[in-house]
Amino acid sequence: MATFSMNLIWQYANPKKFMQTSGMVLPWVIGLAAIGMVGGLIWGFFFTPNDYKQGSTVKIIYLHVPSAMIAINGWAVMLIASLIWLIRRHHVSALVARAAAPVGMTMTLIALITGAIWGEPMWGTWWAWDPRLTSFLILFLFYLGYIALWEAIEDPDTAADLTSVLCLVGSVFAFLSRFAVDFWHQGLHQGASLSLDGRDEVADIFLFPLLTCMGGFILFFIAMVLLRTRTEIRARRLKALIARERMG
Amino acid sequence: MELRVTDLACARGGLPVLEGVSFALTGGRALVLRGPNGIGKTTLLRTLAGLQPAAAGSVSVPAEAMAYAAHADGLKATLSVTENLAFWARVFGTGGIAAALARMNLAHLADRPAQNLSAGQKRRLGLARLLVTGRPIWVLDEPTVSLDTASVALFADVVRDHLAGGGMALIATHIDLGLDEAEVLDLGPFRADPARAADAFDRDFESAGDDDAEAFL
Amino acid sequence: MIGLLLRDLKLAIRAGGGFGLGLAFFLIVVVLVPLGVGPKTELLAAIAPGILWVAALLACLLSLDRIFALDYEDGSLDLLATAPMPLEGAVAMKSLAHWLTTGLPLTLASPLFGLLMQLPDAAYGWLMLSLALGTPALSVIGTFGAALTVGLKRGGLLLSLLVLPLYVPTLIFGAEAVRRGAEGMDNATPMILVAAITLGSVALLPFASAAAIRINLR
Repeated sequence: MATFSMNLIWQYANPKKFMQTSGMVLPWVIGLAAIGMVGGLIWGFFFTPNDYKQGSTVKIIYLHVPSAMIAINGWAVMLIASLIWLIRRHHVSALVARAAAPVGMTMTLIALITGAIWGEPMWGTWWAWDPRLTSFLILFLFYLGYIALWEAIEDPDTAADLTSVLCLVGSVFAFLSRFAVDFWHQGLHQGASLSLDGRDEVADIFLFPLLTCMGGFILFFIAMVLLRTRTEIRARRLKALIARERMG
Repeated sequence: MELRVTDLACARGGLPVLEGVSFALTGGRALVLRGPNGIGKTTLLRTLAGLQPAAAGSVSVPAEAMAYAAHADGLKATLSVTENLAFWARVFGTGGIAAALARMNLAHLADRPAQNLSAGQKRRLGLARLLVTGRPIWVLDEPTVSLDTASVALFADVVRDHLAGGGMALIATHIDLGLDEAEVLDLGPFRADPARAADAFDRDFESAGDDDAEAFL
Repeated sequence: MIGLLLRDLKLAIRAGGGFGLGLAFFLIVVVLVPLGVGPKTELLAAIAPGILWVAALLACLLSLDRIFALDYEDGSLDLLATAPMPLEGAVAMKSLAHWLTTGLPLTLASPLFGLLMQLPDAAYGWLMLSLALGTPALSVIGTFGAALTVGLKRGGLLLSLLVLPLYVPTLIFGAEAVRRGAEGMDNATPMILVAAITLGSVALLPFASAAAIRINLR
């Protein structure tokens, strides 16, 4: 039974099967993502009360929290896809990792910008070296390096191998960095500080639109990764055809 | 000892270049690889030397038995001739540096920095490295580049000695070394078939479209 | 493997700039910073631990692309990969040679640079100790970055982009250890964490680096 269900999963590593299936589900994912994001944001922005402490500025959590969540989990998706590529050599997996990176980086950027906008009324400055913001800035650098390595190497298999190794090592160091930044911040200020941790300040009335937004962002991420993976597969197919033409 | 290569396929930059390469070589024999530029001589030799994995097929002898010499000699400009060779002897856990230098007619240059050697002398030093590896199978990629006639004859003698001692040699070269022990293998027939050139995943990719290939292009 | 280490050290000495370049760069940073921020002793003393660590990190970065590039160009790397010694060992020796030619001289010379930066007296020992514990990690992590970019024509800038984020934890704990030392606080935790990062990197990263070299050579 276990082998059977595993085979069911691995068959999507075949590009043809992947293209068929993703082509079928993509319109639905895009539609649901649009409903979740638009609906959640309108609900959150216009139909929830202002926070008694922070006023209307708190409403940026509907952008900030979901984008931050995708920023981190986007990297996790890359890590898993890289591991699958290194262990099982499924090309679609390597392309998923490649496809997820720019989406994750954009989400990191959105999380940084919304964090700065949120921070302005709270701290009176557009940028504070808050541990959470700092961690996202470092994560942004990790994304940048990973994408740059993909772009720099011509041979697709070599690029997939090297970026996978980088993703593996980078994950360990990204995790260490998160820990180090917390430690660093604590050493600097000695004690409690105002943090951008949205979750523990969220009351129920904000929670449901927030969950809707998060669902919308997750679906949006999936849609973008599927779309980009399909583009990558088409590009690879084009490359293979051109190479064959040249040889023949 | 016998080197048996069976149905070997190798790829360069993800594209298969050779397939079905099969040959056998016994101690004391050499094989000269022939074929036009780009046929995949270097790729084949790098595959045998263990620098890249074979796409298919098998080699009966592990890469640890091969001494590989490429176009580049791996010389350090600021080290002397002796120091360059002594380093490789140390890496391979052997000695005989003086003998190797004498054999390649480099003894009088022993203390000269490698940067002051002529191209032919550098090449001879690169080939002297083969003598200190102590490995039975020499895998040589265009070994005679920048050697003059006398040096080519000298090198052929060195290869002959190696074969006489029970060694083997695989040589990609265009010139006639005058080795009676050598057979010639033309790689032309092993060129990977363009129709089947794409390996499995590329075929998958080719058929992965939602419309057919011609329409796509 | 010792042979490889000795050869690399010999090459670094003969080529010139092996030992000197990193030190000269360190010196320039330490001269430029006070010129930029002003000569106030208290200000310099406050930022000295961080500046010294950042300068050491950048000085390390400067020589990273030479770890494999020359061996790749002249064919030595191909020959090393086919040699009887494990490539992981060769890579580890390359890191060690890099540390001996950059990290170690920086560590030994750091009190002098600390003097220029008005480093508080209490911090000199901590500066040397943290650099001694942390710079090996910089070399090993840098070797990994160099291994990833060895086949690339203009890998220098990319190498910095890949390596600098990986340097973040070492920098944070290293500089923190010196800062706490300078302020007379307990700095055992960051010091142990620096040592832990070095030990972990030395133990594991050569495998990743060797894998990257093999991928680049094929």
